[in-house]
Amino acid sequence: MSADSTPTNPNASTSKETANPAVDGSELIRFDKVTKRFGSNTVLDELDFKVDSGKHVTLIGPSGSGKTTILRLLMTLMKPDEGTIKVGDAYLTHEDRGGKLVPAGDKHIREVRKNIGMVFQQFNLFPNMKVLRNITEAPVHVLGLSKDEAEERARELLDLVGLGDRGDAYPTQLSGGQQQRVAIARALAMRPQVLLLDEVTSALDPELVAGVLDVLRDLAHSTDITMLCVTHEMNFARDISDQVLMFDSGRIIESGSPEKMFGDPDHERTREFLSAVL
Amino acid sequence: MSDITPGLWELLLKGLWVTFQLTVYSAALGAAVALVIGLARTHRLWIVRFLSGTYFEIFRGTSALVFMFLVFFALPIAFGWQLVPMWAAVLAMGLTYGAYGSEIVRGAVAAVAPAQREAGIALSFTPAQSMRKVVLPQAWPEMIPPLNNLLIELLKGTALVSVLGVGDISFGAQLVRNATGQSAPVYTVILVMYFVLAFVLTRGMRVLERQAKAGIGQAPPKRRKLSLRQTKDLATSGGTGGAA
Repeated sequence: MSADSTPTNPNASTSKETANPAVDGSELIRFDKVTKRFGSNTVLDELDFKVDSGKHVTLIGPSGSGKTTILRLLMTLMKPDEGTIKVGDAYLTHEDRGGKLVPAGDKHIREVRKNIGMVFQQFNLFPNMKVLRNITEAPVHVLGLSKDEAEERARELLDLVGLGDRGDAYPTQLSGGQQQRVAIARALAMRPQVLLLDEVTSALDPELVAGVLDVLRDLAHSTDITMLCVTHEMNFARDISDQVLMFDSGRIIESGSPEKMFGDPDHERTREFLSAVL
Repeated sequence: MSDITPGLWELLLKGLWVTFQLTVYSAALGAAVALVIGLARTHRLWIVRFLSGTYFEIFRGTSALVFMFLVFFALPIAFGWQLVPMWAAVLAMGLTYGAYGSEIVRGAVAAVAPAQREAGIALSFTPAQSMRKVVLPQAWPEMIPPLNNLLIELLKGTALVSVLGVGDISFGAQLVRNATGQSAPVYTVILVMYFVLAFVLTRGMRVLERQAKAGIGQAPPKRRKLSLRQTKDLATSGGTGGAA
């Protein structure tokens, strides 16, 4: 689908609701001195950063610099060794019990992470479910939507990603690009406040990349959803980002608007990295 | 073979039916045990893993025959009641083969890509929902071929019950042998009987496997004939599964 089809698309309004109704630019995500180690390797080193709601933030940097770890921490696929992560008013890592902050229990974590959706590099669609059910399963069984409601929502989202006619296919019958667009629809069906995009085009054949990026561009421009994006597609990053964070060795070494970061970065390391990937 | 009179044939056919029943009941119990123990052995609580692991080790490491004797002869002494030989046999076979099966369940569940569980987490499924909706349906097609092997082994293992006096095929064969005084004919007959049973069971499992693969979008093309070529198809279709 092309970018200019969105305004006439009836589903654009639906995906508006995807984001937090109270998108007011207030702080939505906050990392406080977050440290994550794998053995003796410190991937994140007392990292502080925040993302305001509705913003599109791109994380760039060499591999192993901790970008993906941030997304995985936010999705609770792993736990930080130290520090706290806050999403909205609630801690993701801790919960308030009798005025004391204690490590969060499973139920609390599940509740907070309902606000967060993720699209994976390898799509990770469920091969045992047809496309439509991939999208409806969580809204029905986690959010408690009726089956009809969830299917209506799923069909709207499939239209949005240009796959309105593939609801009855199994994921293995789709191309990688199509699978990834279904995965985007699946994440959006939960109406998350935050969408995490983890190198979503890295596993795709080159000619399929554009279709996926177009969908995400539309999404970025037509909705208020907060996006955290790890990508090597620098043109895409320039198009959609409000802010670009440059990572190196588990620290943010520079951040700024895409114009500044791609045009005239301050840091020598950023220059080096960008000249290598652009 | 002409020495086997109609009466003796009837004995063998009754035995065939008993063996079939024994196999089905033991397999049903065994499947339930395999699922529960297999999943328990991947549980996040160590005590659950420990208890299920203990069960597994005990039943894998002991003999179904001895356990059958124990159930049949020792329980009455200990508790004052006795199981019908048939059910003593089903209990012993089901618990033992269930232990073997739990290893198949555990392995197949562990072989499901971790990324699938992560996708479940990203959609806020509970661990139980993730297991039921995502992991088990994908592990199931992988379990069927080794479970089929186990089922055939169970079928042949039911011959043990003749020592308790359950009238299965082997028990019938001994009676026929005593009556006719000849070993070769009757053992040839029951050899064929076991083979036919095993063949029927295998075909049934094939159908299950085909359905299970179709259920995860890996349906092999339908064939009228169930021939050797199928084996090749399964080998290749199994290889493409990883792409998802």
